[in-house]
Amino acid sequence: MAMAMQMLLPDWPGNFWAHWGVFVVIIFVFVLATVMGFIWFERRAMAVMQARLGPNRVGPFGFLQPVADVLKLLTKEDVVPAKGDRWVHWLAPVVAVAPMLMIFAVVPFQSGALLADLNIGILYIVAISSVTTVGVFMAGWSSNNKYSLLGAMRQVASVVSYEIPVVLSIIGVVLLAGSLSMQQIVMAQDIPFILLQPLGFLLFFIGALAEINRAPFDLMEADSEIVAGFNTEYSGMKWGLLFLAEYGEALAVSAIVTTLFLSGWRGPVLPPWLWFLVKVGLVFFVIVWIRTTVPRVRIDQLMALAWKFLLPLAVINLLITAVEILAWPEVSLWVMVPVNIAIMIVLVLLWSRFFKLGWGRVEV
Amino acid sequence: MVGKSKAMETTKEVVIKAEPFVVNIGPAHPSTHGVFRMRTTLDGEVIVDMEPVFGYLHRGIEKLAEERTYTGVIPLTDRLDYLASMSNNLAYCLAVEKLAGILVPERAEYIRVIMAELQRIASHLIAVGAFLNDCGAFMTPILYMLREREKILDLFEMACGQRLTYNYMRVGGVSQDIPEEFAPALGKFLKEMPGWIDEYDQLLKDNEILLARAKGVGILPRELAVNISASGPVLRASGVKWDIRKADPYSIYDRFEFDIPTGTAGDCYDRYRVRIEEMRQSLRILEQAMKDLPKGEVRSDVPHLIRPPAGEAYGHIEAPRGDLGFYLVSDNSIAPYRFHVRAPTLINLTALRDMMRGWKVADLVIIFGSIDICLAEVDR
Repeated sequence: MAMAMQMLLPDWPGNFWAHWGVFVVIIFVFVLATVMGFIWFERRAMAVMQARLGPNRVGPFGFLQPVADVLKLLTKEDVVPAKGDRWVHWLAPVVAVAPMLMIFAVVPFQSGALLADLNIGILYIVAISSVTTVGVFMAGWSSNNKYSLLGAMRQVASVVSYEIPVVLSIIGVVLLAGSLSMQQIVMAQDIPFILLQPLGFLLFFIGALAEINRAPFDLMEADSEIVAGFNTEYSGMKWGLLFLAEYGEALAVSAIVTTLFLSGWRGPVLPPWLWFLVKVGLVFFVIVWIRTTVPRVRIDQLMALAWKFLLPLAVINLLITAVEILAWPEVSLWVMVPVNIAIMIVLVLLWSRFFKLGWGRVEV
Repeated sequence: MVGKSKAMETTKEVVIKAEPFVVNIGPAHPSTHGVFRMRTTLDGEVIVDMEPVFGYLHRGIEKLAEERTYTGVIPLTDRLDYLASMSNNLAYCLAVEKLAGILVPERAEYIRVIMAELQRIASHLIAVGAFLNDCGAFMTPILYMLREREKILDLFEMACGQRLTYNYMRVGGVSQDIPEEFAPALGKFLKEMPGWIDEYDQLLKDNEILLARAKGVGILPRELAVNISASGPVLRASGVKWDIRKADPYSIYDRFEFDIPTGTAGDCYDRYRVRIEEMRQSLRILEQAMKDLPKGEVRSDVPHLIRPPAGEAYGHIEAPRGDLGFYLVSDNSIAPYRFHVRAPTLINLTALRDMMRGWKVADLVIIFGSIDICLAEVDR
């Protein structure tokens, strides 16, 4: 028996399997618990912003409301449309959730506390996060519903366009850190990269919002237009999984923003993991805040924003970062902070004037 | 030979078969404001054609009214445009008073104007809130606006005990006088409301996304608006200065000073702005009416069963959604011989198809929302 175990689980250096097991459990618990907490947090925060109370019946301050919701979802009937593709319909939530969980494999909760310190960590995230789109498209296609299909098409279109500026803005960070590993990127942030890469942060955040379909880019499930988009025909726990995937992605984006731009777990006084959670919560709060504030863009405006606004700025940002690193290797990073912030303000204003967004008003 | 065929293959034009498909938007859809159905032909996201289907909420109110006494019809009018019941009551009572030649006491006229203008604000709050919600501003604007609508509903409850279907106006006056606490409450509301309207403006008036979404979208040209006999904010947003309160003054509207806000482009944004400005004008009227409110009777001596002389009458008012008219024919009996409603929303809807064609699905929702219909009035 022991021999069989030895054969099956070769004794890799660094207590590999124990590490693997522990972190898989941690990631599952972290994602599920945090998503539940965030759902509660979003509903309460939105309620405060919208002059209402929000859930306050189940548990203290309605804290157990997500638990009640999940129990309700688990007991609901699972409906598959009569002319839908039964297998694809069943598989779609799985395909959507799995990559979302896999993202957290390389997110460092604190120094060294991550499932795998891949030396291509951020590249891995970029690659794996796009797979969720396949799940969403499967959901839209298999439902055999026109609203679902429209929603899924919108999702694919937005992810395809927004992937490019997002990746380009990540490269700026990678240039500064000199590594693709999430751990190393945090280590390199003596100054949070949000100060060194303000434009990169802005582009990444906007692009990420569009990729995870949060307002104002929540076109794929625009409830006032296409009912519920790709998950119109879903019910019960399959819907719950799609919902989990969506909120898990919002959580993942918060975690990635924290790691790339907000110096991850680093911070004074508080324990590192708490710093990490606080920062993630802060980013998520901003996402919720945006959701309650602005209207939704139209699909062509979404595309125009990606190609005319984000992409050129991302290229320019990359260029400037590269020149700065090449030209001033000796200059203190603190000098680059005001320079980069000034560059960001000028560029954003010019571009919005050029493409008539903010300053030039209306019409992208 | 092989090379040639390969070249031919690569130059062959790839034709992807794409054909328009039909989507039924409604009758059960989050933003059809009731049970309206749009049989929409889409080419991808672009609207090729749209065919409105209504009648899902038809209750035969016009026929029902012919079976009831003149006073008994008033509750039915509540159920026409349930977001503006007071205005419906007023229009109907005006028509009966015209038919039977009944005079209304001074105080009742003022109370009627106060109620009608409060109702206009309440209705526009819903209209603007729902429009912004359709634009995707998730719930925030509409909840802020419902907060103030609630205050108006409290005032109505004070006056007549109801919050949605008021049944407050009577032929020859109103059902009961306003209570003592009404005037201070209204005064407080008038003091606070301008600030709230400014707050709505701060929320979204200059928001880039809203401008991009609503400006230039769903244009209703001036000529078309006049030709389809559109009315209300929809007409005024197209630049036509036409308001029944000024054009054909009823009740005591000729005593008040107010402006008619108009738009220029006739797009969704103008319709939204016109409604916001109209709320401000309504507040002006309310202030004047509160100041001049005389003492006295609120109801003239009218028998319970009215027998107007044989003939016909048409009474119309500027309801929140447009020119609301009631056409009555009397055969000298206790019930109207013929009862017809000129529903402004139904007539405003006739331009819907022209406004929508060529725009995208996302625009369909906001164009439809900017017309501000109430299905109970469209279908009757």
